[in-house]
Amino acid sequence: MKRELLKAVIEAKRQRRAVAVVTTIENGEQRLVARENIGKDPLGAVLEEAFRFDQSGLHGGEFVHIHNPPLRLVVIGAVHIAQGMIPMARQAGYDITVIDPRGAFATGARFPDITLHTTWPEDVLPGLGVDARTALLALTHDPKIDDPALSIALKSECFYIGALGSKKTQASRVERLQKLGFSDAEIARIHGPIGLPIGAKGAAEIAISIMAEMTRSLRLGN
Amino acid sequence: MASNDVLEQASTWLAEGRKVALATVIETWGSAPQPVGSQLAIDGDGNFAGSVSGGCVEGAVVSEALDAIASGQPKVLAFGVADETAWQVGLACGGKIRVFVEPLGS
Repeated sequence: MKRELLKAVIEAKRQRRAVAVVTTIENGEQRLVARENIGKDPLGAVLEEAFRFDQSGLHGGEFVHIHNPPLRLVVIGAVHIAQGMIPMARQAGYDITVIDPRGAFATGARFPDITLHTTWPEDVLPGLGVDARTALLALTHDPKIDDPALSIALKSECFYIGALGSKKTQASRVERLQKLGFSDAEIARIHGPIGLPIGAKGAAEIAISIMAEMTRSLRLGN
Repeated sequence: MASNDVLEQASTWLAEGRKVALATVIETWGSAPQPVGSQLAIDGDGNFAGSVSGGCVEGAVVSEALDAIASGQPKVLAFGVADETAWQVGLACGGKIRVFVEPLGS
C-alpha cells in the first residue's frame, strides 16, 4: 500500500467518511473508492452491498476492504453506568462521547480520556452528526435532559437507541414522545427498559447487558 | 485494537522511518477467530500491532511480513488445520484463513 493511500484512509476515518480499498490480489495494485463514488467503479453493485452490510470480502481476484466510519457511542448522562460502559465500548472499537449539563457529574476526574460535553444534548448532537454508525444511550432519568436527545436520535439513522428506566418510566416516556408527534413505530426503536434481560445487578452488569443489546442491533438488526 | 488504530500505528511507524508491512485477513472458512478485514501491522524489527487470528498464526505472519519488506512484493498466505503440508502453523480452532501481506509506503 502506498503512503498516500494509507494517509487517505486514515483521514477518511477521522472525518467519518466511508471508503473502500480495492486490491488486486495478484499484483497488489490498489485503488481507493469513496462511498459516494461507487457508481463510477467497475465493482459498483458489489461495493454498494459491501458498504451497506459493512462486509469486506473477495470478489473475483479483488479484495474489497470496507472502511466505514468508526462506531460511535453517545452517552447522555455522566452516571455510574456510563463509567461501566466506557472500557467495554472502547475495547469494541467505539469512539465515545458523554454529554451531561450537570457539571457535578460530568467531570474529567470521573471520565478521563474521553470527549465530555458539559452542556445540553440539543446543543451538541446536531454538530456531532448522529449517523448510522452511532448508538445513543439516554441514562439520566431526567426527561429535561433525556427527551431532547431521544428526539434527535429518533430523527436520525442511528443503529441503536436505549433509554434507562423501569417499564413504568418507559410508559410515561412513550406518552411524552407521542405528544411530541412521534409515531408508535418510531418510538419502538427505543430499547426501554434498556439492555438484554440477564438479571443484571449493579452498574457493571447493566453495562454488560446494554453492550450486548447494542451489539445485537449492530450485527443482526433491531 | 480497532482496525483504525492498526493503520494509525502503521502510519506512525512509517513517519518514524521504520520499514512496515501490513497483513489483512481476506478470506475465512469455519470458525476463524478474526473476521475478514482484520489487520496486523509489522515493523522491520518484528514489532506488531493488531491481530489476524487469536494468536495462533501471528508468529508466522510476522516472519512472512519481514520477507515482504525485504522483497518489496505482496503475497498471499494460507493457514488451516487441513493445510499442514503447506504450513507448519495451524489454527487450533479448526478454521482456515487466507492473509494478504504487503509492504507499506512504496
